[in-house]
Amino acid sequence: MGNALIVALIDGLLIGSVYGIAAMGLTLIWGVMSVINLAHGAIIALGMFGTYLLFSSLGLNPYVALPLVAGVGLVAGMLIYWTAIHRILNGPTLSALLATFAINMIIIGLGTAQFSTSMYNVNFNLGSVEQPVLMQWSRIIAALVAITLAVGLQFFLHRTRPGKYIRAVSNNRDAADLMGIPSSRVLALSFGLGTMLAAVAGVLIATITPFTILGGTTYQLKSFVIGVMGGLGNPIGALVGGLILGVLESTFSVFMPNTWVPVLEFMLFVLILVVRPSGLFGGER
Amino acid sequence: MKDQPNTTSAGGALALPVPALIANAWRNPGLLLTLGLMVVVGLWPVVTRQEALRETIFTIMLSVALASSLNIMLGYTGYINFGNVVFFGLGGYVGMYLLGTYGASLWVAMLAGGVASGLLALLLGKAILRLRGSYFALATLGVSEVMRTFIGNFSPFGGPTGISLNFRVFAAYGGAKQALWLTYYVLVGLALLVVGVSYLIKISKFGLGLMANREDEDAAEVMGVITPNAKTWAYIASAIVPGMVGALVFFRKTVIEPDPAFDLQSSIETLVTVMLGGRGTVLGPVLGAAGYQGLRGFLMTNPFFQNIQLSVAGVLLLLIVLFIPLGAVGWLRARFLRLRRLLP
Repeated sequence: MGNALIVALIDGLLIGSVYGIAAMGLTLIWGVMSVINLAHGAIIALGMFGTYLLFSSLGLNPYVALPLVAGVGLVAGMLIYWTAIHRILNGPTLSALLATFAINMIIIGLGTAQFSTSMYNVNFNLGSVEQPVLMQWSRIIAALVAITLAVGLQFFLHRTRPGKYIRAVSNNRDAADLMGIPSSRVLALSFGLGTMLAAVAGVLIATITPFTILGGTTYQLKSFVIGVMGGLGNPIGALVGGLILGVLESTFSVFMPNTWVPVLEFMLFVLILVVRPSGLFGGER
Repeated sequence: MKDQPNTTSAGGALALPVPALIANAWRNPGLLLTLGLMVVVGLWPVVTRQEALRETIFTIMLSVALASSLNIMLGYTGYINFGNVVFFGLGGYVGMYLLGTYGASLWVAMLAGGVASGLLALLLGKAILRLRGSYFALATLGVSEVMRTFIGNFSPFGGPTGISLNFRVFAAYGGAKQALWLTYYVLVGLALLVVGVSYLIKISKFGLGLMANREDEDAAEVMGVITPNAKTWAYIASAIVPGMVGALVFFRKTVIEPDPAFDLQSSIETLVTVMLGGRGTVLGPVLGAAGYQGLRGFLMTNPFFQNIQLSVAGVLLLLIVLFIPLGAVGWLRARFLRLRRLLP
């Protein structure tokens, strides 16, 4: 039991960091423009299938494909921003929710037509570490990539000019405009970064488990849970929330049937929303 | 509905008693036109005895009932409910449980489904209606997932396999063929009821309070609307009929499973229906239901669009959100001021 718990714990931390990356994308977009991106899961699925296509047709190593897919994710996000979000940013909440959901429908519809809803798999095995506990290399690398990205994002937001622009715009868009910051372009960049993180999460998930075109939805829901746990709009909170969720998930499943895990997950989600909508760590950015 | 206790007493007394409201409603040509249109469409398959047509109209009327109920929350009160399917699913489960385990009649099952959904709305309302905007929307999404995953584990409701009825239950209603007609009449009746009640709410003081809440919750509170109560009653009002309809629909299908009963996709389709027709209008959800279901039928049978019907629907939704945010009826009302009385 003790050993099973340790394995579960480590596994939870590794997979949790990937959840964290997906949630960081969602929470970044929320923090900057108060839009809940319902196309997040679809972008994660695009990341998965991008990896699959590059691997199966060009034989590209998923970790080489990663920057490519990330770039596509960035551009796709900026395109989505300019076509679907920009016009309605100042409109009612519902408009943004429905606009992003429409994007979700478009992507999933095309994806289903192309790939159907059957299971795909990137057939790329790195083996695993046996000692001190059993860990798959793909999960270790995924966690390393995730943590590097989280640190990188933090550095970008705090130390570079575009990053500071993003924080300025999320703080007060009108004031940022007056300071000469091109806020629309900054918003597009933020949205692009958010979807880039989603696409990267998709790549990492594709190296770990098999997936379907609808598989992104699960991770989108997890991202909501994590985002709320870490405080919507707080990237570091999202990473920590991801780790917590990963650990909770894997330790829950040691003690109870697997099917109960999502019930507890979503109950926790609603509970946190009701009791502490600003997240467990406060809502501060 | 007028025999019910005055559901608005908590949100402030009505300016007019319910009978006077109904008398007023009778004089509105737009409402009469809407209801008349629904009756004509509803009777169409009855007169022609076409069963395929009846199934089409059934889907549209189902969509009218669900969308009009959602509209009370979404259109009047301004709260986005992403989990509206929860009431439909819960009503379905409670109804099917009574039908299957206790051999209850359809009427008892529907009543119980409606009551269960209303109670759930009351409890949920107390908990999550304090949240506003996107936070409320997220909470409803969470509730929807909690229900789906919980019911999938809940053994009295059959867990992941759900509940299925023996075809013999139809015998009490004159056989399967008769039962299909019967459920059709009941559904059309419920759809008419929701549209009527939706209009009554809109012209009542209660509805005025809800709309004030939609425009500015804090200002509404200052003006004397007891917003927590008003919101909770609106939530309950939007839950009861979906619960009854759930029991009816799954009785008709004779089987209920967690995933179809609490399908997030169908929640969102209902949202799209309201948006398409025009949120906050009485006629909107009716037109939206006809439009959306018609479009869906076309896309699913058209050989070119068949595979990408979801994408085409997505493109349309995006165009509506971007360019006609008020929906068809809202747009017409804004464009042709004279038509306002005809387009409630």
